[in-house]
Order: sequence, then structure tokens, then C-alpha cells
Amino acid sequence: MGKLVALTGNEAVAHAVKQCNPDVIAMYPITPQTQIVEELAQFYADGEIDAELIAAESEHSAMAACIGASLSGARVFTASASQGIALMFEMLFVASSFRLPIVMAVSNRALNSPLNIWNDMSDTMGVRDSGWIQIYNQNAQESYHTIMQAFKIAEDKNVQLPVMSCHDGFVVSHATEGVELLEQKDIDDFLPPRKMQFPISVEKPVTVGCVGVPEYYPEIKVQQEVATQNSLKVIKEVFDDFNNRFNTNYETVSSYQMEDAEVALLAIGSLAGTAQETVDKLRKSGKKVGLVKLRVFRPFPKDDLQGALKDIKVVGVIDRNISFGAMGGALSMEVRSALYELKNRPHVMGFPTGLGGRDTRIEHLEKVVEILLKAVREDKIEAVYRVVGCRGPGCINVTYDGG
Amino acid sequence: MSKSKKKLLAWNELPIGGYITEPGNAREYRTGDWREGKKPVIKEDKCNNCLLCWIYCPEGAIEREEKGVKINYFYCKGCGICSRECPAKAIEMEEE
Repeated sequence: MGKLVALTGNEAVAHAVKQCNPDVIAMYPITPQTQIVEELAQFYADGEIDAELIAAESEHSAMAACIGASLSGARVFTASASQGIALMFEMLFVASSFRLPIVMAVSNRALNSPLNIWNDMSDTMGVRDSGWIQIYNQNAQESYHTIMQAFKIAEDKNVQLPVMSCHDGFVVSHATEGVELLEQKDIDDFLPPRKMQFPISVEKPVTVGCVGVPEYYPEIKVQQEVATQNSLKVIKEVFDDFNNRFNTNYETVSSYQMEDAEVALLAIGSLAGTAQETVDKLRKSGKKVGLVKLRVFRPFPKDDLQGALKDIKVVGVIDRNISFGAMGGALSMEVRSALYELKNRPHVMGFPTGLGGRDTRIEHLEKVVEILLKAVREDKIEAVYRVVGCRGPGCINVTYDGG
Repeated sequence: MSKSKKKLLAWNELPIGGYITEPGNAREYRTGDWREGKKPVIKEDKCNNCLLCWIYCPEGAIEREEKGVKINYFYCKGCGICSRECPAKAIEMEEE
């Protein structure tokens, strides 16, 4: 067993990055991610990492620096959140289209306006079509492990895609937990140095970022799409390898109390913990409720999700964003789409919650389960989605201090 | 310069990320296809070999010859700048 230390989610990420021996770290601070790059700068100042640190003048530049460095063969890391992700939007697509194995940690935060530094997933859900693999973490230990998995997945010769490792701002990023650190030699065994597909060379020059005329653009995009779909297989292999080495149990989709469940909560990130507590509490009073936790959002693990939910009557999806003018949050819409081809597909109802850092409590999710059980009795959902943790008509609210 | 059309590759035949592994292959791109109906034609009896068209052509599609100039229609996009700038009125835009 490795050393058990008290770390915030952000510090856990910084420790993981240090142990992955990065060559280049491009940095621009933004709450609630700043601690990650602060900690890495401290490691650098203390001589604990042998990396090039680039203090960029914006997130757009930070990602541009990552792209350049990654093209040169370096192992590259950056971190961001919220408006930072918004500012680097353009460069995110370039990074994935160039097929660069950059790893970025995200401490999920809401988007302006109104100005809000607290947690929801509007930032990463907003860039879900940018071609990055997205993995969501429930706690600091997961955030620590995912960085190593992310480099391994990203640098696989059949993947060559950037990875976002996301954890909830403040809830995970700033909460101190016990984190078990892995031994350096075990990480080195798991994660060998990066091998480049096209090393920079005068003898064999390549052109990157050229014009893609209409005669070639679709082919290049389909190649990228196929690579992203195929990366799911590598992600599972990397999770299995990690599980065997380090006695963990990472899956793309995991089930809890689902054997005899009538209704299921589906959660992502830290709310999977709240949902699990809710399931435990409601099981004591005989309610047949289970939990499905989604860890990998891109590529979307459709088959695993179908397997986990095929016998369920009603699924309540806990969203962390609103896709304005659509049908709730991004997650519930994609889950509904993934289940549509099932012969006996469950009803799917979305519950966008925790917007802008509003607490989502067990009491909220108990109300959600009540609505799901009512939908089982009536064989229909009362609405495509209802916002949880908001005052006013149509919303589900629980009164508590600050609520 | 090759005038033969290369086979267009499928997504699974291309290098990763659309990287170009043969330097200088923009040469093979027939920008002459962009002309919309009119092409510049040099009237050799009027041309005084001043080379202003050679200087002004934004595409480098006007090539110097032993005597005078020649238009490379593989690359000429038909913008008409040469015709407008020619002080001897020796370049006319004619229907293709």
C-alpha cells in the first residue's frame, strides 16, 4: 500500500502530474483550478519536477503552447475551468484534430453571467463536441488515479487524442480527503515514456495544420471520429490494467444496487456519492432504487449504459448543466438517445441540479426518487426534465439554510 | 508539376490527423479550377516585356520565358489583376 496523505482534489492532481514526469506544463490560473498549477510551480521551485513551465498570458495561449509542445514529442499537461475553457475553445478543437495526447485537468465551474466561481458542468459539457476524451471523477482519489490513466489512454498508438480529467469545483477540488499515493516505480511501470508517431525531423518533414479542402476535410474528420469511438476499447483496457496493478475497480459505467431495482439514478462526478447515500437511505425503507455512475462521457459508452439500464422502468439522470432550449441537460439527452434502441426502453427524466454551486442534498434526490417511483406507477414521466435546487414554479426545492 | 489527377484517398488511407507527409504537395492542387468563366490571354504583339504582370500576379502563375511571359493556367485563378495592371493593355480577359 502506498502512502496515505491528506490532500485536496487539486493537490492530488498536482501530485499525480508530478509522478507522470511531464515535460511541459502550460499554466494560466483560474478558480477553482489554480491550486493545481500553483502546486506544480512549487514542485518546480523545489526541484521536484524536471519540466518546462510556461506561464501563458491566457488560456487560449496556454492551450496553444500545449499544442506546440506536444507536437515536439513532449508529455504535456495543463489545467483550466469555466471561462478559461471558454477562451481556449478554438484551441481545444485544434489539439484533438492534430491528434495530440495532451492531458488537461478541469475543476468544473459554472459559466458567466452572472459571475459565478462555483461548481457545475456548463464548462466541460459545453465543449463536449471538441473531440476530447472526457472522464469525470467522484473524489480526490479518483482524480489522482485518472491523471495516470489519462496519459496512458491519450498516448496509446491507437488513440492519440487529448483527455480532460474533470472533477467538481470546490466539492472535490478544494475538499481535503485521504489520498493514497502510488509508488513512483509502479507508476513508471504502468506509464512508459511517450512514443511519437511523427517525430520532428529534418529528414522526414511533415506539415501540420494545413488547409483541408472540401475534397479532404470529411475524410480527416471521419478518421478522427472513428479513432474517438475506438478509444473506448483502449480506455477499458487501461482501466483493467490499472485495476489489476493497483487493486481498484474503475469502469466506464458502474452499477450499485441495480440487481432488483425498479428505478435508477444516473449520476456523474461527485454527485454519484450523494446519490449512493440516497440509495442506501431509501433501500432501508424498502424502495427499489439503484445507482448507475457514468465515469466516461466521451467517448459515450452506449453499450455499457444499455446493459446497465435495460431492465429498469424509469431512470432519473442527474445533470449538472442546462442545454438552453433543448430537453434538460446534456447528460440526460444523451442517455435518452443511447437507450432509445432498447426493445423495452426505460423512461428517462432529466434533473439538472447543483447549478452555480447550489448544494444538492440527499433530501433533493429523495424527492427525485419519489417522482421516479410515481412515473413507474403511472407508466409515464411528468416532464422531460425538472430543475432541482431552485425556487419557483416547475422546480424542485428543499428548504435548508442557504437553500 | 504534374497535371495528372491523383487518386483521392479514403479516411483510412490518410496519415493520422491529416498530416502531410510529402513536402510541397500544395503544388499538385489545381487552383486553376477556381476561375469563373474568364481567363487572361496575352496579346504578344502588344507585350513590351515590362514584367509588371509577373510582379503583380498574387499566385505566381505568370512565368518568365526566354522572351516575354507565359500564363500557367494550372494555377491561374482568373483574378484579372495582370490584365488591369498591364500598361500596354496586352492582357485581355477572355471567355474560357
